[in-house]
Amino acid sequence: MWSYALKRAGAALVTLWAASVIIFAFIHVIPGDPIYVLLGDTATPDQIDRLRHELGLDEPIVLQYLTWAGHALRGDLGQSIFFQAPVTRVIADGAETSILLASMTMIWVVLIGVPIGTIAAVRHGTWLDQGLSGVAMFFASVPTFWVGLYLILIFAATLGWLPSSGYPSIFEGGPGNLRYLLLPSLTLAAPNAALILRLTRASMLDVAREDYVRTARAKGIRPWQVVRRHILRNALLTVVSAFGFTFAALMSEAVVTETVFALPGIGRLVVQSILRRDYPVIQGIILVIVVLYLLINLLVDLAYRLLDPRVELQ
Amino acid sequence: MLSVRDLTVSIGSDAAPVDIVSGVSFDIGKGEILGLVGESGCGKSMTSLAVMGLLPQPGPRIRDGRIDLVGADVTTLQPWQRVEAGHGCIAMIFQEPMTSLNPVRRIGDQIAEAVRVHDGISGAPAWARAQELLELVRIPDAALQLSAYPHQLSGGQRQRIMIAIALACRPQVLIADEPTTALDVTIQIQILGLLRDLCNRLDMSILFITHDMGVIAQLADRVAVMYGGRIVETADVGALFREPRHHYTRGLMDCMPARNLGARRLPTISGQAPRPGAIRTGCVFAPRCAAVQDLCLVNTPPRLVLGKGHEALCAFPLQAGRAL
Repeated sequence: MWSYALKRAGAALVTLWAASVIIFAFIHVIPGDPIYVLLGDTATPDQIDRLRHELGLDEPIVLQYLTWAGHALRGDLGQSIFFQAPVTRVIADGAETSILLASMTMIWVVLIGVPIGTIAAVRHGTWLDQGLSGVAMFFASVPTFWVGLYLILIFAATLGWLPSSGYPSIFEGGPGNLRYLLLPSLTLAAPNAALILRLTRASMLDVAREDYVRTARAKGIRPWQVVRRHILRNALLTVVSAFGFTFAALMSEAVVTETVFALPGIGRLVVQSILRRDYPVIQGIILVIVVLYLLINLLVDLAYRLLDPRVELQ
Repeated sequence: MLSVRDLTVSIGSDAAPVDIVSGVSFDIGKGEILGLVGESGCGKSMTSLAVMGLLPQPGPRIRDGRIDLVGADVTTLQPWQRVEAGHGCIAMIFQEPMTSLNPVRRIGDQIAEAVRVHDGISGAPAWARAQELLELVRIPDAALQLSAYPHQLSGGQRQRIMIAIALACRPQVLIADEPTTALDVTIQIQILGLLRDLCNRLDMSILFITHDMGVIAQLADRVAVMYGGRIVETADVGALFREPRHHYTRGLMDCMPARNLGARRLPTISGQAPRPGAIRTGCVFAPRCAAVQDLCLVNTPPRLVLGKGHEALCAFPLQAGRAL
């Protein structure tokens, strides 16, 4: 188990290194020069050269990469051009919202997707299955902003139960502030829960045809136990890997939801930073998202190992 | 023990059903091994699944007939319903030991699960019973193997595990659907020996399904030969091999390599087994029968009683191994 974890972690580090090279190279390939963004049109060649030297941008690109990577290893992602603050702090501010939003969304996705997918599979072919699958298809198809706006209309504007926008930190206002994330997380969960629902259903129908399910039924255990102990357990192997991808994607896909609900999250931060040509922030966020993807994939792999005893041999 | 009467399993709509098993009847006495033999697609697996209450849903259904298990009508009951009704004394092992065990659960769990249902015990006692069962099917290091996963075991061992799971159901009748087809010949002999031994020790009846006449000769007490969804001949194993009365049975025996030592070419039964529902009048075997008469194509053949427990579904049965 531990050697497996170490091996996977090693592979993740190699990927991270490759990703950092690509991120760095891409940022430098993109047209535009941060110097002009910083100094504006009126800068003299002298000022430009001085600032270029101060920021280390006159060094060879390989040396620049090593400097950046060295700082990044020590947890320093540089200075934001727009905020005039360390990139790590800028990201950390957005990360609180994003991580809480993604976590709440995942809870909805699991709580809605898996049980309802299971019900649809157990009742497959009936009106209940067709109804549930139809609803899932609907939510997978409609755009998130539409769902978001309707949730605001119903629960915030009409019923007045929940706030419609913003998110004051829970560190300042207590856990009660999580209610600000209720509607956004439901909005973001809608298409993802629908996908997990359909995946759970399809995976369970596949597993239900396996010989070992027939063996389980032959033992004389009740149908529900057959579903729980034999079908669901094996079907979840497929679904768990989708959890990982969904969670990681939530961080970056939340842009629309964050915009609709005016949340200070990472998704919106990255879009705004691109518009502001705030290169250090863009670089930093992409790196953080890569790290997140790798971590989650690592966790999924380890979860797989716990769920499926055959994995160790591969 | 087990009595099956006029079992008919059909697919398709109720208005136009296609019978894949039609009018199958047989009895298995206590401690008896009945061999059910026939080609692929003749309906033997469907018969066994129907008897076990495991027909896939949606799919084929029992349209007619009756299945009695130790005197109780279990025709329409699934295994769990049989257990609840107190008639859970039937178990089954399958053709593919490689895929018949749940890959993510320990062997011990999978056996203990059946013990829990049939003995009403759980926890350590169920686990102890599981170990006892593994010893009964002669798995070495039983205590150790309880915590193994199926992928760590060979095909032969997995089939022994399947037998242990079946025995956990305390069966008076065991259905074995081609349990040795997927195994090496040496392992096959061991498994057959084990089944024979268990049958004697536990006084258990076995419905043994196979397409291999050699296995039948080795194991069975009585034989039912199946063709086109029907049982065409039933007899004690000695009588059947000594004096087959149905032309199909005779054809099957002529195909056995052991009976054709030195032959350059094995005899075969020409033609192919009919698709279900393809033949609606006359004898199902008529198109392939060497001794076919005009009558056979029109009239449904009678079930002739040709000796003690020897029946053949043929209007012109063989006499002393020859056509009349």
